[in-house]
Amino acid sequence: MKTNDVIIQFTAKIVFFMIFFYAVHIFFAGHYTPGGGFVGGLVTASAIVLLIVAFDLKTVQTILPINYIYMVAIGLILALGTAAISMFTGKPFFTHFFDYFNLPILGKTSLHTAALFDLGVYLVVVGVTMTIIQTIGEDE
Amino acid sequence: MFQVLCIFIPLLAALFMPFFFKKVSTIHTGWFVLVVPIFLVSYYALFIPTVSKGDSVIAQLDWIPSLGISFVSYLDGLSLLFSLLISGIGALVVLYSIFYLDRTKEQLHNFYIYLLMFMCAMLGVVQSDNMMTLYLFWELTSISSFLLIGYWNNRDKSRFGALKSMMITVAGGMMMLGGFVLLSIMGDTFSIRELISQAPELSTNDLFVVALVLILLGAFTKSAQFPFYIWLPDAMEAPTPVSAYLHSATMVKAGLYLVARFTPIFAVSEIWIWLVTGIGLLTLFWGSFFALKQRDLKGILAFSTVSQLGLIMSLLGVGAIAFHVDGAQETIFKYAAFAAIFHLINHATFKGSLFMIAGIVDHETGTRDIRKLGGLMSIMPVSFTVALIGSFSMAGLPPFNGFLSKEMFLTAVLSITEFDLFNFSTWGVLFPIIAWIASVFTFIYSFYFVFHTFTGKGKIDQLPHKPHEAPMGMLVSPVILAGLVVALFFIPNMIADTFIKPAVMAVQPFLYSSPDQIDIHVAAWHGHITTELKMTAGIIVLGLALFLTLSRWQKIYSLFPSKLTLNNLYDFIIYDLFDRWAGRLSGLYMTGSIRRYLSYMLGSISIIVIATLFMQDAFRMNFDGASPIRIYQVILIIVLVIGTITTVFAKSRITSIVALGLVGYTVSLFFIMFNAPDLALTQLVIETISVALFLLAFYHLPKLKKEKERTQFRFGRAFVSIAVGAMVTLVALSAHSQKLIPSISEYYKETVYSLAGGGNIVNVILVDYRGFDTLFEIAVLSIAGIAIFGMIKLRLSKKGEKL
Repeated sequence: MKTNDVIIQFTAKIVFFMIFFYAVHIFFAGHYTPGGGFVGGLVTASAIVLLIVAFDLKTVQTILPINYIYMVAIGLILALGTAAISMFTGKPFFTHFFDYFNLPILGKTSLHTAALFDLGVYLVVVGVTMTIIQTIGEDE
Repeated sequence: MFQVLCIFIPLLAALFMPFFFKKVSTIHTGWFVLVVPIFLVSYYALFIPTVSKGDSVIAQLDWIPSLGISFVSYLDGLSLLFSLLISGIGALVVLYSIFYLDRTKEQLHNFYIYLLMFMCAMLGVVQSDNMMTLYLFWELTSISSFLLIGYWNNRDKSRFGALKSMMITVAGGMMMLGGFVLLSIMGDTFSIRELISQAPELSTNDLFVVALVLILLGAFTKSAQFPFYIWLPDAMEAPTPVSAYLHSATMVKAGLYLVARFTPIFAVSEIWIWLVTGIGLLTLFWGSFFALKQRDLKGILAFSTVSQLGLIMSLLGVGAIAFHVDGAQETIFKYAAFAAIFHLINHATFKGSLFMIAGIVDHETGTRDIRKLGGLMSIMPVSFTVALIGSFSMAGLPPFNGFLSKEMFLTAVLSITEFDLFNFSTWGVLFPIIAWIASVFTFIYSFYFVFHTFTGKGKIDQLPHKPHEAPMGMLVSPVILAGLVVALFFIPNMIADTFIKPAVMAVQPFLYSSPDQIDIHVAAWHGHITTELKMTAGIIVLGLALFLTLSRWQKIYSLFPSKLTLNNLYDFIIYDLFDRWAGRLSGLYMTGSIRRYLSYMLGSISIIVIATLFMQDAFRMNFDGASPIRIYQVILIIVLVIGTITTVFAKSRITSIVALGLVGYTVSLFFIMFNAPDLALTQLVIETISVALFLLAFYHLPKLKKEKERTQFRFGRAFVSIAVGAMVTLVALSAHSQKLIPSISEYYKETVYSLAGGGNIVNVILVDYRGFDTLFEIAVLSIAGIAIFGMIKLRLSKKGEKL
């Protein structure tokens, strides 16, 4: 049963990017305003789910040829690695570091190791959600 | 610092092995692994000059300082000797395995990861001064042994053997942990050295004997002492390099190490001396006697290992007597500890080489059944020579190292009769007799092993493979070990000064202040005919006579009742008691229905919570400060209720899903209303994704049949649902109505910017304040994702083939 849903497909193409960039936004904004890696990951996953609804799994896999299992692994390693950084400086496991920097264009910005940890969370969430949806969806 | 890290080098190296195996497939992965033990053996060799003077080197890395748990690398004579054995034999075994395991057919990366994991664990066991990390490494040796025995996991016997060894050694390990905990309560420290320094006070404690027995259980299970030895013969399903390494040279000696290490603490106790000596001798006899029943080459070696471990164990027990006597007697008993360490080294050399020969025979002929073997001497001359050296040393013949330590063993057991404490004067006379009989059997099975394999009428053309001498590379390791067997006979005193005396000092620290004071001189010939020499002559004469008539009396083994064995007891406990009976009990409630499991979980938690709430009189209702209920909230609640009812009673699945989505979205509206944007956002997205997921999953389900009759009302389910609802409501009301402790949110408000550099408390809690939670949550999430992936992608079809 393959239908040609012009309207939903056309809309999905545009809305996907809007959702995705919104996800990126709330990921970075998370430390000061609502958002964060967990929600960001879920929003990204929902953007991909939208594509899957509009097209189908195979098409989406050719558009985004990502092995989500790897994504999960990379996310976990990143999260664990960030938490472990502090051990090399003699501080207890999971000590975060932050400081304020003057970056070009962005101006005064705080850079935080928590963001790296959050990136790990983000990758795991996207990876796991998409792994589950993809494997169940592909299963015949 | 580096000293501690060295324990972990094998584990770090293991990380790279899959890479080497997959990417550098033209070179056997073993060559990369070989670097690790060679590095370690040369690193530990640097400590020899310091340690042989009687000093010790210690390095510490804190792990959980608040609980006093740290990684300690404590190198004294005993632990350095073990470390050298582990890395040295490890290097030889890895070299041997390169030729034993085929690069193209075997899953080498798995094998070497397990092996390196074991090496790390074993180094940790012998170097840890902290009992908690010692226990950690101890269990890691059990786990890696389990994985290595079950390496050929498509064989039933391998899996059985692996499970058996795991069950027994881990059970012992748990006992040992109990003993450690008791000791740490008594001495208020986890450090073994500190416990040794307060040994006299410890012995008066009521818990002392309990701790002693528990720790001995750990040691006895690991070192395959009677009656726990039954796992070792089954462990022979492992690839031969593993048997040579774990099950003869290193892991099974962890129990001996433990006994040696704790001797200064427990030697004051009569029970310790009786148990260690008695069980040791019993094991020595039992193992040597039943070795002759075996038909499998490795089976013979397994029983022989059991018996030799018993020998060393009993020597350690006799050595503990030295704490109770003075003067001339003391020197005799000092002999025992010395002999124990000496025999431990000797056993590692000759048994290692014999295992490797058994592996070679298996590899080149395709069988290990001693009835099918014979006459291989002319075909495999080098292997025969090595086997001869190893067996003669095991039998206690000169000019091989086994002779020296066997003589010292006889000296030690003879001296027991002169010890008049703890009833030894009456029962002690049995000890040399048992030891002598066991030695006769040891002599017979040594000959049985070598001569029934290599001499006699060969049925060479009936063997599975056409036999030929092993390749050079495979022979290197056994030849080196056999060379050591001979060399140790000629230079025993050099070895004694470098390794044995410092190790003895660790076992008997109160008796000496430096290793030079141990005035023991090893000699093959004492200048006159001693009792020990006469006993050895007797062993040879009787042994030879019995060996030559072996075929006539070997039938007596079939006279033993085959039902009443320890193996059957184990099978009864594991398969009847646990599997069948316990399985039947579990089967009553583990039906496989998820619905039912949910009812158990939700039902029990709501009962527990509600009951606690009322028993503790914690329920309160207080609406002070509550905001008035507004009309749109009432509307939302009505929507929520309608959505819930629709979900439950809907006729089609699509309606159910949509209604469930409605519930979720309404809840997120509530979050918005109560100023929780983070929660609202998350709830919204989760609802969206789970609706999509449900639709995907339901796509695969068969069409729901229109149920004609009404959905049956089930009292049980209604009860659980209502209980859960009631629980949540009651808890929410009580939580709101009483503020027993100040809320933690004030702390977050104060510190979120100054300490965590953030503004959004919710997110800072997630990534910083309670980062551990998040870390574990994403780990669980990943496991769930991978599990679903595995369940669906890797499932087997009905015929058992992979889809």
